Amino acid sequence: MVAHADTRVVHRGGSKINFRAPVITQDSRFLICVSGECIKVFSTSTEECIHHLQGHKELVTGLVLNPSNHLQVFSCSEDGTIRLWDFTDGILIRVTLLRILSMHVSAKGDVFLVMPVKRNKKEKFGLVSLNLPPSVEQHVMVKGHTIVFQSVSTDPKCIAFGQGGEYVASVKDNVLHVYFLNKKTFYRFALGTSGEMAARNAFTCVACHPKDDCIATGHGDGKIRLWRNFNQEKEYTFSTVHWHHSGVNALCFTPEGTNLLSGGLESVLVQWRYGQEGQKDFLPRLGSSIKEIVVSPDGSLFCTSHTDNKITVIKNCTKVSAVIQGLVHGDGVKTALMVDPRTKALVLNGKPGHLQFYSLQRDQQLYNLDIVQQEYINQSNLDQFEVVKAALDSRGSWLATVEQRSAKEVEISLKLWAFDEHTQSFVLNTTISAPHDGPISEICFSPSSQNSTTLVSVSLDGHFKAWQLTQPDPSDDEEASWSCDFVGDYHSLEPKCCCFSADGSLLAVSFKEVVTVWSPASWDLLTTLSQPPGAIQDLCFGRLSCSKYLLGATDKNLCCWNLLTCSLEWSTALDVSLLLADPLSENVAAFCGAEKTTDLFVFRPSEPRPHFSQQALCTGRVTRAVFAPRDEPLDGCEESSQWLNRSQLYFLTHNMELLTFLTKPEEERLMALSKQVPTIDDSVAMTPFYLLLGKHRKRVPCNDEADDSRLWGESWNFGVPNLAPGNHVMSSCVSSMCLLRDEEQPTEVEMESEKEEEDSEEEGASVPPRPEHESSDTGAKLGPVLTKAEHRELRGVKKLDYSWIRGLVTSNPVVNTTKQMVKTPKQRVKTPKPMAKTPKPMVKTPKPMVKTTKPMVETTNP
Amino acid sequence: MGEFKVHRVRFFDYMPSAISAMAFNVHTERLAVARADGTVEIYNFADNCFQEKVIPGKDGRTVEALCWAGQRLFSTGLNGEIVEYDLENLRSKYTVEAYGGPVWTISSNSQGTQLAVGCEDGTVKIFELVEDSIQFQSNFDRLKSRVLSLSWHPSGTQIAAGTMDMIRVFNVTTGHATQRMMVDRAAGANKKKEVAVWSVVFLSDNTVISGDSAGKVQVWDSQMGTLIRTHLVTKWDVMALAVSRDESSLLAGTSEGSVVQFQFISARLDQPDKEWQRTRTLRSHSHDVRALVHTDTAAVSGGNDAHLVVRPFMEKVVKGSKESAPCKITFPHRSLVSCGKKAGILLFQFPERLEVWRLGESNENGEELSVTKKPEALIHLKRKGDDHICCSTLSPCGGWLAYASASSVRLFQLQYDNDSIALTKVEMGPLHVLLWFVFFVPHYLPSPSPPPPEVSKQAVHLMSTSDDGQWLATANSDCEVHVYNLKKLKYHCTVPVYGSCPSAMAIHPTGSNVVMVHADQKIFEYSLEQKEYTEWSRSLAKKGLHGSWLNRVAPVTHVSFSASNPDYIILHDMNMFCIIDKSLPLPEKDSDLVGAETQLISNSSVFPSVFKNLLCVGLMEDHSLVVVERPLLDIATRLPAPVRQKKFAT
Repeated sequence: MVAHADTRVVHRGGSKINFRAPVITQDSRFLICVSGECIKVFSTSTEECIHHLQGHKELVTGLVLNPSNHLQVFSCSEDGTIRLWDFTDGILIRVTLLRILSMHVSAKGDVFLVMPVKRNKKEKFGLVSLNLPPSVEQHVMVKGHTIVFQSVSTDPKCIAFGQGGEYVASVKDNVLHVYFLNKKTFYRFALGTSGEMAARNAFTCVACHPKDDCIATGHGDGKIRLWRNFNQEKEYTFSTVHWHHSGVNALCFTPEGTNLLSGGLESVLVQWRYGQEGQKDFLPRLGSSIKEIVVSPDGSLFCTSHTDNKITVIKNCTKVSAVIQGLVHGDGVKTALMVDPRTKALVLNGKPGHLQFYSLQRDQQLYNLDIVQQEYINQSNLDQFEVVKAALDSRGSWLATVEQRSAKEVEISLKLWAFDEHTQSFVLNTTISAPHDGPISEICFSPSSQNSTTLVSVSLDGHFKAWQLTQPDPSDDEEASWSCDFVGDYHSLEPKCCCFSADGSLLAVSFKEVVTVWSPASWDLLTTLSQPPGAIQDLCFGRLSCSKYLLGATDKNLCCWNLLTCSLEWSTALDVSLLLADPLSENVAAFCGAEKTTDLFVFRPSEPRPHFSQQALCTGRVTRAVFAPRDEPLDGCEESSQWLNRSQLYFLTHNMELLTFLTKPEEERLMALSKQVPTIDDSVAMTPFYLLLGKHRKRVPCNDEADDSRLWGESWNFGVPNLAPGNHVMSSCVSSMCLLRDEEQPTEVEMESEKEEEDSEEEGASVPPRPEHESSDTGAKLGPVLTKAEHRELRGVKKLDYSWIRGLVTSNPVVNTTKQMVKTPKQRVKTPKPMAKTPKPMVKTPKPMVKTTKPMVETTNP
Repeated sequence: MGEFKVHRVRFFDYMPSAISAMAFNVHTERLAVARADGTVEIYNFADNCFQEKVIPGKDGRTVEALCWAGQRLFSTGLNGEIVEYDLENLRSKYTVEAYGGPVWTISSNSQGTQLAVGCEDGTVKIFELVEDSIQFQSNFDRLKSRVLSLSWHPSGTQIAAGTMDMIRVFNVTTGHATQRMMVDRAAGANKKKEVAVWSVVFLSDNTVISGDSAGKVQVWDSQMGTLIRTHLVTKWDVMALAVSRDESSLLAGTSEGSVVQFQFISARLDQPDKEWQRTRTLRSHSHDVRALVHTDTAAVSGGNDAHLVVRPFMEKVVKGSKESAPCKITFPHRSLVSCGKKAGILLFQFPERLEVWRLGESNENGEELSVTKKPEALIHLKRKGDDHICCSTLSPCGGWLAYASASSVRLFQLQYDNDSIALTKVEMGPLHVLLWFVFFVPHYLPSPSPPPPEVSKQAVHLMSTSDDGQWLATANSDCEVHVYNLKKLKYHCTVPVYGSCPSAMAIHPTGSNVVMVHADQKIFEYSLEQKEYTEWSRSLAKKGLHGSWLNRVAPVTHVSFSASNPDYIILHDMNMFCIIDKSLPLPEKDSDLVGAETQLISNSSVFPSVFKNLLCVGLMEDHSLVVVERPLLDIATRLPAPVRQKKFAT
């Protein structure tokens, strides 16, 4: 086994932002939410992620504003620490504890934690009050704590603090507990558990009125109870209101206590008038079931987090003003994980009937593609169409999807989507209903680079079919559409999987124990390979230098055939759940199911020894994974992490967590990034776009030329470290280039930018020096002329509607070069250490660029 | 136990009448309930909500409002009369014309010295209570529209009157209005419709609470005449309000059938300033809640669906005790059915007629028998006069039939000639003709000589004879059971008085023991010959009855015996019937009772799951059981449609 102390499995991207309730800052400008191991700060107005607060080593489990300083936020994590952040900077407090499941801060500033407590040798979760010493040190150990409740729910929604922090209410199952902190008195109110009505009336959440002594509780049957007089054993009283038809997931009072907000499965935000519960307002169609509701301290913003990993910001009680969408974690991913070659986005099932395109770099959903195009009805036991298979061709111009409904008989349709350059999205080209008689087990595109591409679908009805794009008569107005080209079978066995070789010259289809190899050109059966016993579960061709190898996994063995000799090269006893070839290297990853856990082996088919192996990667079987190509290759020199240099391996665990591997240098770099968080400008949330244009515009009246040029320097400086996402910086870079060019030919803004892209496609390398050259040239006379140009550019941008993105997508070479160009200074500025260690990228990247930008920065920063 | 052939009778289409008004006397714990047909029933809340007295109605008399003044009960109706009831003889004592058109409401002051009535012509009239009568005292300032509701201030100096669109506060001594509070009309399309203030409540802190036809419950300050708070309770009407004695809780009954509770509580726990907060919603009715009473421990509601519902407040009662069980009274606590045991015919009693039916027959054997000969209605006998039938009976041989109303007793002879039936009216001769024959007309009890010592003046509500015609037992609402020897026409003895009213009673055909079941579910057996409780009864009293028997809500309404086995006692209440075998040992008091064949007292079988909503269970001569059921669903379908309510997913 290879030692791999420098690689670690982490949540990176796609983590749940709805795991805990988000926090809105005092001034309602920022929204802070947990996201796996880090904390994200979003702007409530622009939906932009402003920065990441990193430092926790495990899942962040709680987030609370510090009541005594509204610029600070507490967070707690499973790693046993509480951290106090300044939104902008580091750790003030550190507490060592066991497992913290959530935290609360009462209005008086006392900290309460939910953590395991031992009682009668049984481990239960208790609510614990903590006295934080008034220390200014960074790391504080806390010793004394008192247990308030012995047994509480782990869900933070089930604990609430009352008016002025006088009492704490906790609900669990069918019991409401109220504890008065000053009087140290304890009350318990239980609901009946027997009978038809009582079967579903367990408590689900609790909220306390901020001014009055009133506790609102939500229940599994959709009722909301308002408890009063709860300092009496018997004379307590409650009233019941009922609108939700299924459980109430979230309750929240507005800060003045005039309204009560509730939400549940119906995806409707209900607003009850406090004291006039008969009157209520609704905000329907919020997309998916509401999980949490948060109100900003001034009451102007509501914020709901949803089960599909979405946070909605609602302004003035009525209008959805922003939507922050994370990776949708459905019930299960039916499709394979894919990477869209155009956007480098991860493609997988999203909302029911949709495919989502999720940018891993920006950790943001790009868009949803409605595949089924039918209304989704939110009801259990209803068979609905689901997207079960999807495939993208190698250039990202075609998308094939299979949707299936298994009501009484299986209904299948295969849809082919063409990428439309104009609208920058996929457009339905062909719908084939009932392409096969049985469920489709796999589809894949041939990787051939020519225009004609082939789709192969393999079905349990015993056939596999090849589909091809047929060009219609030029006389007809019809577009090209897909039709069946070939139907193949083999001894009427059930085919299971198929795979194209890297060059598209061979197609392997597995029929039970037999692997058949076909030539897609002539559809001849070339050879059959077999290694009984056991049906083939997965197939994969080697890449690059190993392309002569074909790997097949049965439920007991992993076999490797040499296609030149048509003989078995080697085989080993492994229970492989997933075989995955890295498209950019010879590496193949095999996920092997061990007892309840999954092991990972990364190897080359030609070499007997694995490069990397990790046992007990995660619990459960891994059936979905993808190699996402890196934008720039890593220069990891450690042997065990070299396989991660060209692409990054993402995989989904059975409970739908997206995990990946992080090497040590990468981690260090990220840590360094997080420490150098710039201060936030007070007026608007800071985004690169703002920096580039907004701030610039502010300076229009100012004629100070030096100032202007300094601005450019700043933007170079800032955008990079703050945001790893390349697209932004890149876009700013591109537009800045446009701007600078416009200046010379101000009349042809749009045309010119287009032309440049075309240019760059041909001579990518020659582009980079240009902006640098011009900026240094024109730095002196930039002032007033630039503002005009900039206004025009702004107009252009509006008109074009992100034309620059299209530019990026269509012209890949430019993207790469410009990105490198941008990122290198980042390395330089931020982390000098890796620079010194690894001079390699320096050589690769355009050096003059780096040098010239740096002096510019220095000169303009007196 | 043996097997029985069961006649499951469902053709008695008894319809209870809607409840229109209620009044509760706190001191005697008696609840007076008025029904739409003019019947007034008295329930004893101290004795397990037992229906103690029934004052039969009369055609042309409706009761809009009831009120207690001390021990006296008054009612008013749309015929414009004020009626005082004679609670001993169970009839109206006298009526007084109010001369104000239909009278909508009546209310007495807390001292019980004055009555206020609200009339259709807009007047509020004050009557003074004098011995055995009432006397008109004064008229208040006349209002423009009818007075629908009245409420006295506890001090007796002010009256709040609810009219159309308005609440007026009157000074009782001057008779002038001191405040005028306008009630908002409903929004939208009903803007033009006047708002009726169906109910007002005057609290001692000078707060007036009103319930109106726009669905609002409003809290007013009567001194300033200002609105303090509005609670929109329903889209329909708020028909009734009731306040607890300590004025900390208020009930509002709506047309939707729900009862909403408001409580006077403080918003902050430690602060004294309180306000009325809406708390619970009780849903026990399908139709309008017309009358409400707030007792110290329970909410009592009644309405158009004819159920009288007692819902205890859990915080006011001990959990698991008898008071904590909710109680729904639909059927009267006395028998409306009598069986002609030998002839196999049934007599059904309605307020305005009698029906005689012959049971069907079947020749099959097995679990479910199909009827070969259908049951047949023999006689529809309409009563004469205005007074409703209050009791009726059929002789065991089926040859004699009698009924009584408040004014008369009528006796008929039935003669069957194959298919034709002859009914002959028999002039009431000397009473000794009717020896084998029982009808319980409370105040027409034959007065044998010598009368028993110190007999109470209360009316007899239960009567039973032995099969051989020797004994007659009577029970009255003072819980006394007297036994007479009919052969000698002499008073025989009095059973020791027990604290609860007998709800059912029968004399054993062979042993000359009388078995009594009381409203608190206790069972006693008294030997008439020895004039003492029997051995079995003593051991039962010693051992105590099982808790789950005692905690039943509905009283036992019928006791009968098996001719084949003298140890069997057949009991039934509204929800179940059971057979007690005296020969078997008593079950342990704390033993768990499981299954349908539950051992409750001695080895008894209970059939709660099979038969429901029982009106009568009787054993026929041929050893078959007659079970008369009236499913509540059948009653509900015959009621007028309730107000439309939006139901989820419809």
